Amino acid sequence: MIPFFACLLLMLIGLYAVVTKRNIIRIIIGFSLVEYAVNLLFALIGFKRDALPPIITNAAQTRNFVDPVPQALVLTAIVIGLATTALMLALAMRIYEKYRTFDITEVRRLRG
Amino acid sequence: MDSTFIPFFVVLPMLAAFLIPLLAKLWQGTSDLIANAVGAALFGLSAYGAVYLYTDSPALVYRMGGWVPTLGITLVYDHLTALVTLAINTVGLAALLFSVRYLDHYTGRWKFYSLFMLVLAGLNGVAITGDMFNLFVFIEISAVASYALVAFGTDFDELEAGFKYMVIGEIGGTAVLLAIALLYAKASTLNMAVVSQVLAGFGHTPLFWFILATFLVGFAVKMALVPFHAWLPDAHPSAPAPVSALLSGVFIKVLGVYAMSRVVFNVFGLSRANAPSFFNLLIGFGVLSIVAGGLLAYAQKDYKRLLAYSSVSQIGYILIGLGIGNYWGVVGALFHLLAHALGKGLLFLASGSVEQGAGTRELDKLSGLETKMPATVWSHLLGALSLAGVPPFAGFFSKLFLIIGAISARMYWLAILAAVFSTVTLAYLVKVANQAFFARRDREPTQAKEAPATMIAAMLFLLVLAVLVGIGFKPALDKLVGPAANVLLNGLGYAKGVLGG
Repeated sequence: MIPFFACLLLMLIGLYAVVTKRNIIRIIIGFSLVEYAVNLLFALIGFKRDALPPIITNAAQTRNFVDPVPQALVLTAIVIGLATTALMLALAMRIYEKYRTFDITEVRRLRG
Repeated sequence: MDSTFIPFFVVLPMLAAFLIPLLAKLWQGTSDLIANAVGAALFGLSAYGAVYLYTDSPALVYRMGGWVPTLGITLVYDHLTALVTLAINTVGLAALLFSVRYLDHYTGRWKFYSLFMLVLAGLNGVAITGDMFNLFVFIEISAVASYALVAFGTDFDELEAGFKYMVIGEIGGTAVLLAIALLYAKASTLNMAVVSQVLAGFGHTPLFWFILATFLVGFAVKMALVPFHAWLPDAHPSAPAPVSALLSGVFIKVLGVYAMSRVVFNVFGLSRANAPSFFNLLIGFGVLSIVAGGLLAYAQKDYKRLLAYSSVSQIGYILIGLGIGNYWGVVGALFHLLAHALGKGLLFLASGSVEQGAGTRELDKLSGLETKMPATVWSHLLGALSLAGVPPFAGFFSKLFLIIGAISARMYWLAILAAVFSTVTLAYLVKVANQAFFARRDREPTQAKEAPATMIAAMLFLLVLAVLVGIGFKPALDKLVGPAANVLLNGLGYAKGVLGG
């Protein structure tokens, strides 16, 4: 169970960074931490101790395999994460060009 | 009936999203043409599907690549999907038609259409998928494209709203992914139908509720329930008007309400009978959203921001309908999903028309638009009547059904609240009319010119549909909304329909 709680802790650290940090880049890093924690948790779900890689060479061989589905899903999730991180950084660059700062407390024109 | 038409809901807009950048340079109007053609095709496809699906016909199932369930991804087209895709593609078509002239003051026309097509592909994908992870992928496709569209103007406000929206929205998306991971750990499968059968054997353990709570957080962020709503009043007004119409009209409902109700009713198999406290929680969130959203909307001075808060409030109505959980409650919720999609889509298009015609959307600076742009003003007024629930428009029947549901569940205070806040809805929409549309003695009429013909046509299209759904509420109820509500109330029967076919 310990690795699962470690994942949860990593996620909470990321969330903490997203909520409390003022620098946009640090917020993005915090978000990446959350995402990595979830991906790691997903990969851990498929893990079994002392199991073989899920490559079946002999159909009669029904040994203990690692579940390959979470690995495939995590690959997809990582690609989606790449897209979101890239877009976030692109937005951060445009915000810097406009506001001349990465401080989120100064990027605050919308109210009400 | 043949189910091969189902994948085209995703294939067509996805293809267009990548064709538009390739062909945009050929001729100036290429991107307009492709986008509107695909929008019309999608609308035709969803109308065809909705008409073809008989009232008592089972769900249509398409197996991707011919793989059997648990191995491959299944696409499911049942009455609920038919209702939701119809709402998506109706508002989508109107928004695309509106964009043709509205984009005149933006650059990068093909980029806009390409992103818009990706949003449509994601929304339709969320509606038709029968697989948990596929649901997440489509949620992210539409969400990522929508972040870019919110920031499309790349000015101060748009960038701020886009970044805020993106961070909060992605936290919600990650919560959904976490819930899917835990669900997979428990059920060892991703097919919604099979998951629901496995979950039925587990009972309501703490882990069951934890997974459900994680899903609820994710979807609550996507649908902007109070207290997860902070991004919406920034993001929806900052987007270009046709995108606001799509985001407020269908995006929050498909990614939030539809995905949540599919998971709660059909995958987790909950109903008012076996989980009353959960449904009371939904009512609580709904009431909070109606009250906070409605009162905050009244205080706004920006036309589009007012409409955005109004969306927060109207989502609350859908939530209390689902929370009431009997037939009329769910029918009211789904009817309101349709009525609000048409009504709010129309109002946001009208706000875009005002912004373009008069050069501002601040209510304090506008006056006497009634004589300058009558078509836009009348679109707003009739749309407002529909949203506030005045017969014979669509919005009247959704609130009527909600109130019938509340009374038959003996929740009289909820019925009273729904009726009272209808008048609040009317109050803030009339406030817009009083301040901006009718002439005021203390102020010169604003210089403005009427919107071009295609923009008026787009508004008229939604207006006619809102009236048609209202006048023809009986066939709409019997053929579309009633069967869709039964899909949800059928609960775990969903699995039999998908796997048996």
